[in-house]
Amino acid sequence: MNAAGEPQEGGSVRSFEGLVQDDRAAGLFRVHRSAMTSPEVFAAERRKVFDRNWLYMGHESEIPRVGDFVRRTVNGRPLFMTRGSDGRVRVFLNSCPHRGALICRQPQGHATSFQCFYHAWTFGIDGELKGVPSRELYPDEMEWSEFALRPPAGVDTYRGFVFVTFDPDADGLRAYLAGAVEYIDLVVDQAEDGWSVLPGTNMYQTRSNWKLMVENSVDTYHVSPLHRTYFDYVGGLRQGGPPRQVAFSGRGPAELGNGHVVVETHTPYGRPIAHWDPVFGEDARPEIEAIRDRLVQRHGAERAARMADNIRLLLIYPNLLLNDITAVTIRYVQPLAPGLHETTAWALAPNEETEAARARRIDSYLTFVGPGGFATPDDVEAVESCQAGFEATELEWSDLSLGGTRPAEVGDETALRAFWRRWHHDLLAGSDHPVAAVDPARRAG
Amino acid sequence: MMAVPASRPAVAAERPEVEDFLFREARLLDTWDLDTWITLFTDDARYVVPNTDLPGADPRRDLIIIDDDIVRLRARVARLNNRRAHREFPHSRTRRLVTNVACAAAGRDDEVEALANFAVYRIRGGHTDLYVGRYVYRLRRAGDGRLLISYRRAELDLESLAPHGTVSIIL
Repeated sequence: MNAAGEPQEGGSVRSFEGLVQDDRAAGLFRVHRSAMTSPEVFAAERRKVFDRNWLYMGHESEIPRVGDFVRRTVNGRPLFMTRGSDGRVRVFLNSCPHRGALICRQPQGHATSFQCFYHAWTFGIDGELKGVPSRELYPDEMEWSEFALRPPAGVDTYRGFVFVTFDPDADGLRAYLAGAVEYIDLVVDQAEDGWSVLPGTNMYQTRSNWKLMVENSVDTYHVSPLHRTYFDYVGGLRQGGPPRQVAFSGRGPAELGNGHVVVETHTPYGRPIAHWDPVFGEDARPEIEAIRDRLVQRHGAERAARMADNIRLLLIYPNLLLNDITAVTIRYVQPLAPGLHETTAWALAPNEETEAARARRIDSYLTFVGPGGFATPDDVEAVESCQAGFEATELEWSDLSLGGTRPAEVGDETALRAFWRRWHHDLLAGSDHPVAAVDPARRAG
Repeated sequence: MMAVPASRPAVAAERPEVEDFLFREARLLDTWDLDTWITLFTDDARYVVPNTDLPGADPRRDLIIIDDDIVRLRARVARLNNRRAHREFPHSRTRRLVTNVACAAAGRDDEVEALANFAVYRIRGGHTDLYVGRYVYRLRRAGDGRLLISYRRAELDLESLAPHGTVSIIL
């Protein structure tokens, strides 16, 4: 049985077990809307989803030099990430082990040491306690080693992406990422000299449950109806009969293990790497074609075509989206309350990129994604609208059955179902059980 | 009244005229008369909104929220006039307070740089969201004597778009 299995009134939770109805034989799949509104579910998922899995912290390129740092909140914890004296990325809980004040109080910067402003305790960039005013007045029994800066239970990096976990029993990051590494590699390998996060961060709050934004991010069903004005705009820029509907083709959504899912499809639209499109202008054509030639040299025609001509929406469960669409973006969706979440988004760019290519990439990003783009505002409107609609508690269920009886095809809600299955599995897991790093039953077939 | 120092470089317009221009522009936006508003721009104009964490961003190198040339700005207007721009259908109510206007030479004789503070209220769906920041304008004296906008930048003082979610209106 589940932890909070008591029936409750009205539109509230009946039991955690009943939140997701997954009838595989009939292909029917639905989610009880209290999963998006209930404070009990919200509290439980913070412990059982976010305290148990690996969570995105940042990208190594944000702290290129020894002593660089960025400050960030992950699952409610104040953290900061630094590059230590040995060149390795470290993450610390941003709270003084002495009395609790925030140690790092700037969004980012460079330090030779960290000093708490309250009582002036000083820590080295590797976290060791270096200075305590009036240290001689403390008892001899003080265990000074306990007062080093504390890292979260796990910190690890895969190809530049830094993750943390608060679960001391968690398996390694590589095992957790499971099948997602293939798709991370497909993005990372596009660059010749590594990737950097561009300066400037999209940060916005949305008045909806965080899971609606995750759903939205891997939901191709909504793209044509919701984003008509975007495709009208892009179509208008193209000469000679633009595609006004999105013609997705290619593989269907794939489950990658541990709740990670990917939607990979061929795109008719241009991509900075390395698919020229009239939207980019004739001037850009030689450069994009040269990038493509080098891609073919390095990876062979087939893999190069997959990199350049396909888009990828990769969800790394529970809340990281590595999207390789009109540009490469990192988006990260954090719950704040049942009906409120925050999205942080960065653009990644290859280090070798020319100024012109960089400008194209940024331009390409802006037209679609981002809070001032031609599409994201309508996504925000849609998920906020759903959250508002959930107040009609007589309507208890949201349906996610599209394509439920066939092998996954583009446009099916397969990816959303995979996310929800893993979420439900986590929610029902006993709090004593570490979540299995790889659940073979949910691996892609 | 203070005397204008003789050494002051010539500007293409003085503050009263610039204020009248900015106040009229704010009225056009608050009444959603975007078709008239878009005629206030030169063909080489840019409209820029940097991210909240990097107000001094350069759109060629840094990620920003909006960087429109006139083509995309016209498309933005067309989109906002369309009922399928769902974030703004129905249109929100907005009210702009434009203050602390200051003018300076802009680097070319036919232009003036104008700085102003803004508070833009957006009211919709039971929420009032406030955008606060400063404007940087370059206004150009056109051949027919009118002032036109060649550069318009809205730098937000917000730490993040919390809880605004988007910049769905013209800031």
